[in-house]
Amino acid sequence: MKAASSAIAGQPSVMHNGNRSAGKKVRFPADFLFRKLTGFIALLVAITLLAILVALIREGSQALHVFGWRFFTTSAWDPVANQFGALVFIVGTLISSAIAMLIAIPVSFGIALFISELAPRWMRGPVSTAVELLAAVPSIIYGMWGLLVFAPWFSRIEPWINDHIGAIPGLGVLFRGPPMGIGMLTAGIVLGIMVIPFIAAIMRDVFLVTPPALKESAYALGATTWEVARHVILPYTRTAVTGGIFLGLGRALGETMAVTFIIGNSNNLSASLLMPGSSIASVIANEFTEATTDLYRSSLLALGLILFLITFVVLVFAKLLLLRLERGTGKKA
Amino acid sequence: MIPLRAKRRAINAFNLGMAVLTTAFGVFWLGWILWTTLSHGIGAIHPALFTQDTPPPGSEGGGLRNAFVGSLILLGLALAIGVPVGVLAGTWLAEFAARRKLGGVVRFLNDILLSAPSIVIGLFTYAIVVDPSGHFSAFSGGVALALILIPVVVRTTDEMLRLIPVALREAAIALGTPYWKMVLRITWKAAASGILTGVLLGIARISGETAPLLFTALNNQFWSTDLSHPIANLPVVIFQFAMSPYENWQKMAWAGAFVAMAFILLLSVFSRLILKRGAPK
Repeated sequence: MKAASSAIAGQPSVMHNGNRSAGKKVRFPADFLFRKLTGFIALLVAITLLAILVALIREGSQALHVFGWRFFTTSAWDPVANQFGALVFIVGTLISSAIAMLIAIPVSFGIALFISELAPRWMRGPVSTAVELLAAVPSIIYGMWGLLVFAPWFSRIEPWINDHIGAIPGLGVLFRGPPMGIGMLTAGIVLGIMVIPFIAAIMRDVFLVTPPALKESAYALGATTWEVARHVILPYTRTAVTGGIFLGLGRALGETMAVTFIIGNSNNLSASLLMPGSSIASVIANEFTEATTDLYRSSLLALGLILFLITFVVLVFAKLLLLRLERGTGKKA
Repeated sequence: MIPLRAKRRAINAFNLGMAVLTTAFGVFWLGWILWTTLSHGIGAIHPALFTQDTPPPGSEGGGLRNAFVGSLILLGLALAIGVPVGVLAGTWLAEFAARRKLGGVVRFLNDILLSAPSIVIGLFTYAIVVDPSGHFSAFSGGVALALILIPVVVRTTDEMLRLIPVALREAAIALGTPYWKMVLRITWKAAASGILTGVLLGIARISGETAPLLFTALNNQFWSTDLSHPIANLPVVIFQFAMSPYENWQKMAWAGAFVAMAFILLLSVFSRLILKRGAPK
């Protein structure tokens, strides 16, 4: 009996399978159609990612062919001379996202901790909703607010940053520059605010499903709330928390409109974070419709390909980590 | 012993204090952004906004009628393409592939697509629609928005259908109902409010999207409802007007931002309410 069932499970016989599907086909042909139709459309959705990759490679191939590896390592971006290098934009994307993560990770952790452990029950809902609404605000409004409200305000803080942080030897180089309000640092800060809700929502969800027995055991041993968070909740949810952080990173890397408004759109690499810069997404948004030559357009599409590949890797990593948690909780439940 | 305990307590108090502060920090930005849009936008709202088209640079008066209508057309196009595709794909995931490996793969790829940068979706649409057809068009803008809408709808449809108890399906099948009819009449019906919520959240997501429209629907200074031509749309008009040096344009950008924000936030709150009421307890 045991052997028979395992044989079927491990290696389903043709008879068994054939019978089942044949029976269905005979009884309701519409079932077969419905199943195939929905399946076909689902596969269509799934291969969209592949189609994006193929389309971007095809459209960007001219630039990659002309410049080769130099496309990734040179910083010249000169449409007039037909010279294109992606380095400034790749670096700009990475730096603005790094600043965003430096802000978003601790803040999201604090928010998640507050919602899951500290807030009285009646406050959980409203605070959660407020943070989720932060994610619903369209990025163009973040951009407008950033350019017309936040940047002017921030330009009054920048002289202080210049004088104090800029005076530190070594690190200070990053914080010297004219108080323009816009620039890499401003873009990073606004990006940080934008990704907080994504990271905080995931952290909150996993903090809330941490088994109470674990937490209570720690409390019973005399641990403080912080110690429970640091030594029980965080280790238990580490995979998902990392996944959430990478999901937020994926958002930050690809964010376009807000960055386009406030990063300053300079095609030069600058040591100071107070200076204007550019990201991959912002240069595409700014220049694509103005790209008059084929090589220019192809270079912008190749930039799109780079952005797609970077975010794809980050998102796949994030999803794999989150999936591991889902499987774990699925087993326990 | 006492100093150690005091130290632990101090660390605890400090860190928990920080958690409260960071929450205040997060909510503070929401408040600031809401307040900005409200205070700048509400003064710029007047009837002409909905009856007149976008003014030429540097002139007074005018409205955003063509942009509002254009956005609605794009939204309609995206829904017409995205909802059937999303619902059917989600149905396959939940009804036919719940425990199959292929289902897991599709679900995974759909989640990646869900978070893919919208500007990349715009470039993709440019490559497959605009470039072959030779011109920017409202249609391509609708396709770009549909590509962003689809993964949202797939995911919620899949999740909502999987919440429907198996017993309900078994009861229908036991009565001799064909599977497809069971899905249409039983599970879709039971999950209707959930699927609707997914569509509403999807609308909220795409109605503020700007990046994918920049090089698909482009923009149009004039009234147009022609799907094969560039079309005015609220996000791109806001972008153009906000970045401009003209005061009248900037004011209008705020008015547009206010309308967009009100629409999106109401939609988000409303769909959450449906979800909460419809969720099985």
